[in-house]
Amino acid sequence: MTSFPFASYIVAAAFAVAAITMIAGALIAVLSKRIIRGVGGLMICCIGLAGLYYFLQSPFLALMEILIYVGAVCVTIVFGVMLSEPDEPKPTDRVADLFGAIPIRSGRFGLWGAAAAFLVCTLIGIGIARLSLGGPWPVAPARVSDGSVAAIGIALLTTYSLAFELISLVLLLAILGALVIARSGRTKPPSTAHDQLGILAAQVTAPAPPSDTHPLVSTTAGHEPETAPR
Amino acid sequence: MNLLYLHDRPGIYLVLAACLLAIGIFGLLRRRTLIGMLISGEIIFAAASLNVMAVNRFFAPDPTAGQIFVLFIMGLAAAEVAIALSIIIAVYRNYRSIAPQELTELKG
Repeated sequence: MTSFPFASYIVAAAFAVAAITMIAGALIAVLSKRIIRGVGGLMICCIGLAGLYYFLQSPFLALMEILIYVGAVCVTIVFGVMLSEPDEPKPTDRVADLFGAIPIRSGRFGLWGAAAAFLVCTLIGIGIARLSLGGPWPVAPARVSDGSVAAIGIALLTTYSLAFELISLVLLLAILGALVIARSGRTKPPSTAHDQLGILAAQVTAPAPPSDTHPLVSTTAGHEPETAPR
Repeated sequence: MNLLYLHDRPGIYLVLAACLLAIGIFGLLRRRTLIGMLISGEIIFAAASLNVMAVNRFFAPDPTAGQIFVLFIMGLAAAEVAIALSIIIAVYRNYRSIAPQELTELKG
């Protein structure tokens, strides 16, 4: 079809690389023991998915996929991994499995639960694949635009401008909500009379405290009872 | 010869999306930490986006609509990850664990 030799083979090989990268990354993300490797698998999966987007004639979305998922979402999950203790806990004897009836043996992988989950997801995957392959799809209609970056920009600012503004509002609210949720429980009001006296003394002795001294004092006071066992 | 032009058929994309959905559901069922479940949820989001893009490429008259839809899915996924990670950090601060089996009480 083109003058370049073996062009169709090269294209098919690139497509196979993208698809295999995506599936392998997803498998790594799901099956790895340590969560940080799962995050790496999610990055690999998103890079393969960006390759598939490129084959679907939308290079702008491929760029956005890498930029948003690999650059923002995965890095945020890495921050979450650093701030918590996400490795798989040792299963105890009393822990019931997903379906409540199959107990997990201690120290084992939980073979019955894995088999049940594998059965469920295999049934779902095969069902959807059969449905999508066997369904009567309509004939592709005539294109009304070329789907280029210029067309996307024009459509974002004319047809979808309300949704565009709404999603910026949603992102702003998500940032504020994340700050509020993650901040609660970090600074506690002073619990003992000694801390209250200390804050009062700090307020009295400080001649003209700037506005940020009070949260600082309450922060240092609030961390003390947190070291006690809850 | 059919394999060479597989990337011009809609079926392979839909099957790949179904595989991705199955892998994501498997992870969602099997993971025992909240962050692992969040990663599996992201894989399910990716499956939905790939499905939308495949249908948009092959069966839709306006190819910009699906791309903008997937862009909005990405934005919502970013917002969801931010909220979910802040909830996970708050839960870890209260319970010292993010295993979903131990989060058995819901009090305000």
